[in-house]
Amino acid sequence: MTFSSPFRSVKNLLMTLLMVAATIAVLTPLGIIFLHILKMGASSLSLDFFTQIPKPTGETGGGMANGLFGSAVMIVMAGCIGLPVGVLGAVYLTEFGGSRRATIIRFSADVLAGIPSIITGMVAYTLLVVPMKGFSALAGAVSLALIMIPIVLRTTEEQLKLVPGTLREASLALGVPLWRTTLKVTLASARTGIITGVLLAIARIAGETAPLLFTALGNQFWSRKLTEPMAALPLQIFNFAIAPYEDWHRLAWAGALVLVGIMFTLNLAARYFGRQKRYS
Amino acid sequence: MQTKVQLDNLNVHFGKTHAVKGVSLEFPANSVTAIIGPSGCGKSTVLRSLNRMHDLVPAARVTGRILLDNDDIYERGVDPVGIRRRIGMVFQKPNPFPAMSIHDNVLAGYKLLGRLNRTTADEIVESSLKRVALWDEVKDRLKTNAMELSGGQQQRLCIARTIAVQPEVILMDEPCSALDPIATLKIEELIDELKEQYTVIIVTHNMQQAARVSDYTAFFYMGEMVECGTTKMIFTTPEQRQTEDYITGRFG
Ligand SMILES: Nc1ncnc2c1ncn2[C@@H]1O[C@H](COP(=O)(O)OP(=O)(O)OP(=O)(O)O)[C@@H](O)[C@H]1O
Ligand SMILES: [Mg+2]
Repeated sequence: MTFSSPFRSVKNLLMTLLMVAATIAVLTPLGIIFLHILKMGASSLSLDFFTQIPKPTGETGGGMANGLFGSAVMIVMAGCIGLPVGVLGAVYLTEFGGSRRATIIRFSADVLAGIPSIITGMVAYTLLVVPMKGFSALAGAVSLALIMIPIVLRTTEEQLKLVPGTLREASLALGVPLWRTTLKVTLASARTGIITGVLLAIARIAGETAPLLFTALGNQFWSRKLTEPMAALPLQIFNFAIAPYEDWHRLAWAGALVLVGIMFTLNLAARYFGRQKRYS
Repeated sequence: MQTKVQLDNLNVHFGKTHAVKGVSLEFPANSVTAIIGPSGCGKSTVLRSLNRMHDLVPAARVTGRILLDNDDIYERGVDPVGIRRRIGMVFQKPNPFPAMSIHDNVLAGYKLLGRLNRTTADEIVESSLKRVALWDEVKDRLKTNAMELSGGQQQRLCIARTIAVQPEVILMDEPCSALDPIATLKIEELIDELKEQYTVIIVTHNMQQAARVSDYTAFFYMGEMVECGTTKMIFTTPEQRQTEDYITGRFG
C-alpha cells in the first residue's frame, strides 16, 4: 500500500462523475427536444394532418398534406439528380480518375458540402428562378440536389474504396469489360454502404428549409406542376410557426413531429443497411 | 514444339521505374513454364502484361511485342477484353466473388457478362469442378457461399472459374503461396493435368514446386531474363552463375 492509492481512487471517481455529467449534458438537450416535440405535436396530430391542406386564416383545423406531398416530390426529384451524379462521380474518382483531376473533384465536393444551404438556395435562385421568371418545385429540387451530391459522392467513394482490388481483377481477368465490372462487381459489393449514404443524404435534405425559401417558395394550396411554387413540410412548419395564430402553431408542432419521425426512420433504416453483414 | 506465347523485347515502365527490361522469351504450347526469381524482379509484371492488366494502371507503359499465336496482343485495335478471355489468370490469394455461391462462382465469367445459357450451365459447373477435383467435395452444397470453403478449395474454385470460360492460356501468380502443403500438392497435380489442354505459365517462389510442375523454367533477376530452358537443364546444368546461386539458395 502506498499513499497515492486513496488519491487515485478519488481521481478515478471524479473523472467518472465528469464523464457521466458530460454524457448527460449531451443527451439532455436531445431528450428535451424529443419529448417537447412529442408533447406538443402528438396532441395536434390527427388524420386531418395527412389529408387536409391548410385552412384559410381564421378557420381551425386543416393539415399539411400538400407539404408532405411537395416534400416527397422534391426529394424524389433531387434524388433523381443527386443520386446518379454523386454515384457516377464517385465511380469516376475511384475507378477511372487520374490522380490530379480526382483531387480537384474531391476538393470541390468538400467545398460544396461546406457551403451553407442558404447560399445553395441563392445559387438555384439565380440559375433557375430568375431565368424561368418564377419560383418552382424544379428549382427547389435542384437546390436540394446540390446539397445531396457531395454527401452521396463522398460516402460512395469511401464505400468503393473498401472493395478489394483483387475482386475487380478477378472479374477483369475473366474477360469482363471494365464498365461491367464496375457495375456488377464493384458497385454491387458496395451496395449496402451506398444505400446507407443515400438514406442519410435524404434525411439531411428532408429537413432543409433555407434553400427552399428562394426556390420552391411554398404554396398554401395543392400544386402538381413542377414549374410552379410548391409546398414543402419544413417551409410550412417555418411559416406556421412564425404566424400569430395559436391554431397554426399547433399545426407547426404536428409538422415538426412528423418531420422528426421521418428523419428518425431514415436514420434507423440507414443503420440497418449499414450493419448488414457481408463477406469481404 | 509449337510456341503459344512469345515475348519480343518486352519492356515495362512504371513512371520512372524500369520494371521489365528487354525480355524475349517463348512459352511452348501445352506445357508448363515456370518463372522464378527473387522478389521484385518483375515476375508478376511480366505475367500481368500477358493479359493486359497493366492497361488499368495509368503509370504503366508496356513496349515491345507479345505474340499470342503470332498475333501481337498490344497492336492497335486489339480489344484487351477479348485477350483476357483467351488468357485466364489465377491470383496469389484465392479471390472468389464473396456475394456468390459456389455454383455461381464457377459461372461468374458468363454471369457477369450476362451471357449465361441455362441449358448448359449445370454441365459447365460439373465439368469444371470435376477438372479441379472439387466436385466430390462440394456437389451437395453448390448453393452455399463460396467463402465457406477452405483456402485450398477456394483456390481450386478460382481455377475452375478460370477454365469454365475455356481460355487457351492460364497464368498463375504464386497460386499456392497462401495454401498448406496438402492443398498445394492438389493444385500441383491439377497443373500437371491442365497442360493437356492449356498452356500454363506459373510464377513461383518455391524451387521445388518449379522443379515438380514445370517443363520449362525462366530465371529473372532485376527486371531482366537471365536464363531460360528446360526445367531439367536449369535445375541441373544452368549456364549462368546467377541462376545456379539462386537455385541452390546461395543468393546474396
Ligand atoms: N503498379 C505498380 N506501380 C509502380 N511500380 C510497380 C507496380 N507494380 C510493380 N511495380 C514495380 O515493378 C517491379 C517489379 O515488381 P513485380 O511485382 O513484378 O515483382 P515480383 O517479381 O512479382 O516480386 P514478388 O516475388 O515479390 O511478387 C518492382 O520494383 C515494383 O516496385
Ligand atoms: Mg509478384
